[in-house]
Amino acid sequence: MANFFKNLFTRNSGLTTSQVIEKKTVISFFFFFLFMGGAIAGWTWLRRQPSDSGKTSSPIRSVLDVNEKIFDGLLSDKHLAKEYPVSQAANPARVNGDLGLKTPFDPVAWKMNVIKASGDTLKLNLDDLKKLPKTEIVFNFKCIEGWSQVTHWGGVRFSAFMKAYGLDEEAAMKYLGLSTPDKQYYVGIDMPSALHPQTLLCYELNGQPLPMNQGYPLRLIIPVKYGVKSLKRIGDMYFSNQRTPDYWSDKKGYDYYSGL
Amino acid sequence: MTKKIVRKHPLAIRWFHWFNFPVLGIMIWSGLLIYWANDVYKIGFGDRTLLKFFPDSFYKALNVPFRLSEGMAYHFIFMWLFFLNGIAYVLYTIISGEWRSLVPNRRSFKEAWQVLLHDVRIRKTAPPVQGKYNSAQKIAYTAIIIMGIGSVLTGLAIYKPVQLEWLCTLFGGYKMARILHFALTIGYVLFFLIHIIQVLLAGWNNFRAMITGFEVKKINEEPPVDEPEK
Repeated sequence: MANFFKNLFTRNSGLTTSQVIEKKTVISFFFFFLFMGGAIAGWTWLRRQPSDSGKTSSPIRSVLDVNEKIFDGLLSDKHLAKEYPVSQAANPARVNGDLGLKTPFDPVAWKMNVIKASGDTLKLNLDDLKKLPKTEIVFNFKCIEGWSQVTHWGGVRFSAFMKAYGLDEEAAMKYLGLSTPDKQYYVGIDMPSALHPQTLLCYELNGQPLPMNQGYPLRLIIPVKYGVKSLKRIGDMYFSNQRTPDYWSDKKGYDYYSGL
Repeated sequence: MTKKIVRKHPLAIRWFHWFNFPVLGIMIWSGLLIYWANDVYKIGFGDRTLLKFFPDSFYKALNVPFRLSEGMAYHFIFMWLFFLNGIAYVLYTIISGEWRSLVPNRRSFKEAWQVLLHDVRIRKTAPPVQGKYNSAQKIAYTAIIIMGIGSVLTGLAIYKPVQLEWLCTLFGGYKMARILHFALTIGYVLFFLIHIIQVLLAGWNNFRAMITGFEVKKINEEPPVDEPEK
């Protein structure tokens, strides 16, 4: 043993081949275990970071935010979700989740409250929206769980709606927020994605009024995001330069951006 | 008989290898957390299922259920390390010339078959090894890089299927890109199992080389001169 330590500080030229092998092996393994130990320490550190309300820690959030900055650069009004012939659309469409739809609801009294930057509220009913040009889209709807389904939706382009109601100041803000009438479900969306030409305020599925479980009378369809952002049954619409609240991000640890 | 130190794996390659090991492990684990949320893949024909990915007992044992958001978060962090390390490895092998001992040639495929027959004890002799790796290794180590590129590209296709629609289409659409991404991962697991068995069979001298960089060769001739030390 003592010899070995002596060898560590002896030039290789003064050692036998066997001694050199032994010395180099020990040094290499020392660094190997140091590296692996460092990796384990780093992992343990990451796993021990306190979580925010959404079960996600701040180092993880910050990388997700960097990802957003990087991949947001790809987002373009020219990059459209692929569209399919109507014949390929699923009928009935898959129903997944009823958050925000469980509270008793009066469809006749429904109005969408658009809370403007000035604080005024614009109250709109379905007929108001149906007066605007209708757009239909058949695209592959993608759930964050991993399934996808080609579905056929109809409604008014969100960007066209904003223009028609003179919501230019609001469209210039950074985030859109939507919540269900019972406020149990809410999503936050970056404005460039909201203004993407395929984003719809949607009132039709397969050419029929939305079924109750698909968010009658009005829902969002936003093909550049996972389905979690396509909120069913819009109650309030609001705008902010800060991130608007988002159920899955704030409570369940999902990425806020969730862009496709 | 004397011993001789023969350099085998450059430090850079050892680094890339051992860095990749835990990172790929985290990618597979977090991928599993994601896959659980929609675990629809199976192997079978007609209505017969031979193998379901994965049985509930498997998920339970690994504490997989209801961790989709966590899986996505880790997947989209460690993807950077997997990607950058892979790029660095490929660039290194190209610039250093190490690719010459890794990329298979025309003889490799025939020889790899002979190596396989030898390894399963059907054939008595293995074809002579020229360079650092035998033909089966060359094919395996090159294939795993192509698989890595495949994982990055199919991963990108399902990560941004709208913005990178052309990439998604290249892989046969969103659903097919997901299947390929999953199948490649199963491929890594199979590679890993065979890799571990082969490393165990090859013995200490071979394994040590992946950490120290050198192998010890026993020779009978003249007393050799050690390679000059730096």
